[in-house]
Order: sequence, then structure tokens, then C-alpha cells
Amino acid sequence: MDNTILIEKSVIILVVFAITMLMAMYMTLAERKIAAWIQDRIGPNRAGKGGILQPLADGLKLFAKEEYAPDTPNKFLFVLGPTISMTIALITSAVLPWGDKLHLFGRDIILQSADINVGLLYIFAVLSVSVYGIMIGGWASNNKYSLMSAMRAASQMISYEIAMGLSIIALLLMTQTLSLREIALQQNGMNWNIFYQPLGFLIFWICSFAETNRNPFDLAECEQELIGGYHTEYSSMRMGFFLFAEYASMFVSSAILSILYLGAYNYPGMDWAVENWGVNIANVIGMLVLFIKICFFIFVYMWVRWTLPRFRYDQLMNLGWKKLIPLALFNILVTAVVILLLK
Amino acid sequence: MIEILFYILSTLTIGSAVLTILSKNPIHSAIWLVVSFFSIAGHYILLNAQFLGMVHIMVYSGAIMILMLFTIMLMNLNVTNEIQKPFVTKIVATISFCLVGVLLLSIAMRANQSFELNYAQTGEDFQSVHVLGKILLDEYVVPFEMVAILLLLSMIGAVLISKKDKKVA
Repeated sequence: MDNTILIEKSVIILVVFAITMLMAMYMTLAERKIAAWIQDRIGPNRAGKGGILQPLADGLKLFAKEEYAPDTPNKFLFVLGPTISMTIALITSAVLPWGDKLHLFGRDIILQSADINVGLLYIFAVLSVSVYGIMIGGWASNNKYSLMSAMRAASQMISYEIAMGLSIIALLLMTQTLSLREIALQQNGMNWNIFYQPLGFLIFWICSFAETNRNPFDLAECEQELIGGYHTEYSSMRMGFFLFAEYASMFVSSAILSILYLGAYNYPGMDWAVENWGVNIANVIGMLVLFIKICFFIFVYMWVRWTLPRFRYDQLMNLGWKKLIPLALFNILVTAVVILLLK
Repeated sequence: MIEILFYILSTLTIGSAVLTILSKNPIHSAIWLVVSFFSIAGHYILLNAQFLGMVHIMVYSGAIMILMLFTIMLMNLNVTNEIQKPFVTKIVATISFCLVGVLLLSIAMRANQSFELNYAQTGEDFQSVHVLGKILLDEYVVPFEMVAILLLLSMIGAVLISKKDKKVA
């Protein structure tokens, strides 16, 4: 392997990491601002102009707080919990294509950390282990509320992962590939998957809410019943990591949604832009378009949180097992029959 | 480079597998098992079997989560005393484990032969999902469907067992 590709990939990894962190930081501010807007308040506006420095102030506060650990025999696992949460939230972005390619220094740079053949499966593998952080942290806290919360998170995860996987199988029948780069390239023009898989998109979207532990599926951190849920016993930056991981995984899952269903970095007239304005400008616009799509999904996450009430736990399980899974199976059947008829 | 990686992964696999057995706490055992499965997935990726590696993480490492759930729900974690098994059970368990070991070893050795004879010469990228899917649903379709039926049966069985009998209750 030559050194240039090593440098190139390192730069991409660093930039993706930095953007994910920055987005997660400013999503906390966006959440508070949107909440304020929906509830007809002003929101945080003291730190910096219009509250723009609020995330920095929050971070500084979290770092400066006392690091307190409960009396538990599992100190190591207690620290491991937030660490796993954060790691898993960040490594998903390794296979996501952020743009087609740039032409710099006489070589084509593919805007993706790793184009593996099984990109989609990689995402599922990471998602299936993402709840371990909450589970281990909640269990090691030695607190019954934390344990209840961890159990809720885990069983919710197991239920919704199935519907999510089934909705993806219908998409796979169409795309015939597991590589995310190829899925993105196939959606060139207005050939977006959402027009062919509206039901699959809806199921995947609902399941992403459950996977990221967001309202209305945030029973794991239901304050009225479980105090703070799995992070009750955490303080200082350890709790910050749990919260931060949630925002990072929201960003990544919005990116997955946009890449799989909403045409990734493709926009109408991209081919025209490549011909007339060159590869670089067309792809920079493409990246911006992907970013706008991601921001749209993030906004909907927050909008839903401040609009809908929480589900009751049995309602959540009923929705997962009795509605979403049969719907997803039906979706697979219809997709398979249509593909067979069109052949 | 790859050799060093192999030795690190092997140490991790065997070490965590041993710790799985030796841990007194069932939750610690489950966590070590997850580590072990992850390093086995690392071995698959080292062999360039990406599909197998990812599916392994998804199916096995994800499924340990359920094991952990059951451990917490069904076992009283405050009682740490171990259940003493009778001597005959221990002997029988050891013998059956050895037999399974011999079986697995012989399967692995035979598989290696057919791999070299049939697939290595064709020059096809037989690690890719396309080739794997074609082979599974063409050459090995009967065993594949058998496994599918077996899994379905065990699922139906689990549902049937866990279902409460309404007349009795």
C-alpha cells in the first residue's frame, strides 16, 4: 500500500470524526433551541451571540464536575459502559460515503473511509452491539433503576432490530449490492430509493428512533419512572459521554437514512454540474446536499421529541412485534413479486 | 504484519474463552464471551471472509445480549454458591466434549481439502456475497433449507413452550 492512500484515508477519517463531534456538540444546542421554539420560549442565549458558545460552556462544566462512582464491585465495567457507547456511535461512520469523489493533486479521492463489500452488514453488526454500552453501564451501576433501564433498552433493541433488518432486505432485493458506495451511485438523478421503497423507508425510520433511544421510544431514560435511567449513577464527563453518544448516533443514523433512501449526495442535475462545473464543484455541492438531508432528519428527531408523548412499554412492544415486523415481511413479499414480474 | 495480528487475535480469543469459563459471575462470563466472539470475527476478516465476519458479529455477539438478559432475569445474582454436579455427569460431559472436538477437527480438515481442490483453482472471488449466495442456493440448497426449517422449528417450539396454557391458568 502506498503512503499517499494512507495519508488520504487518515485525513478523511479525521475530518469525519471532527464533523461528527462538532455536529453532536451543536445538536445539543439545536435541541434546546428547537425545544424553546416549539414551547414559545427563547432558549439559551447567554453564552456568546445568541447562545452560540453554549455547547462549549456545557462541555467545560461537565469536565469540571466531580467524578463520582457508586459503591459497586464492577468499577471497570462502570467505566467501560460510556466508553463502549461512544466508540460504537463513532465507528459506524467508517463505511458511509460522504460524496462521490474529488479530483485533487492529480488523483481521484473517494470520499469514504472504507469501501467494503459488506458495508450494509457492517452497519447492522455495529448496531447490534450498540446497546452493550447502556447494558453494561446500567448493570454495573448497582442501582435497580439503572438495571431496569438497561433491560428496557436491550429488549427494545432486540425487538426493533428485526423490523429494521427486514426493511433493509427489501431494499437489498432492489439494489443487489451490500456496498454503500454502489447504493449511493445507483440513486443518481432522481432515482432515489424512497420512491421505490416508501413502506420500507417508513419502517426503517421508525426503527431508527428506537435504535437511537429517542422519544417516543426513550423508555430507557424515562424520568418519571426510572429517575435518569441507565445514567442515574453517572456524573461528570462519564454522563457526558452517554449523552454525547446519543447525539453522535443520531447524526450517524440520519446519515444512514439519507444515504440508503434519500439519494445520498445525489441531487437533480448532478450530471449536468459535473459536465459544466467540473467534478470538484459538483461533489462539494453534493456533500452540502447530503448535509442538508442529514440536518432535515436531525430536525425531525427533535421535532418529534418535543411534540409526541412517550409510549407505554407494552405499546412499544406491540408496535414492534405485531405491527412493524408483519409490515416489513409484507414489504419484502411485495418487492420480491414486483421484481419477479418486471424481469 | 498479518502474523503479528494473528497472534494477538489468537491470544485474545483463547484468553477470553478461558476467562468465560473461569469467571464466577455469569455476567462477566457473558462479557468475556462477547470479547471472544469479536476476536473470532477478527480472524474471519484476517482470512478475507468479510461477510462471515460481519454475520458472526451480528448473530453471535448480538445474541449474547439475550443471554445476558436471561441471566439477569432468571438467575438470582446475589447467591454466588456454585451448583455441584455429580461425578458421573462431569465424566460424561468431558467425554462428549472430546467427541465433539474430534468431530469438529475432522470436519475442518476435510473442508480444507475441498476448498483447495474445488474453489482455489477457479480463480473466482469466492469470499464475495454474490458467489456465496449462488453456491448456497444452488449447490447446497438442500442443507441450507434443512437448516432453515430446523431454525423455524426451534422458534415455533420456543413460542409453544413459553405460551401459557389458558385452561390450567
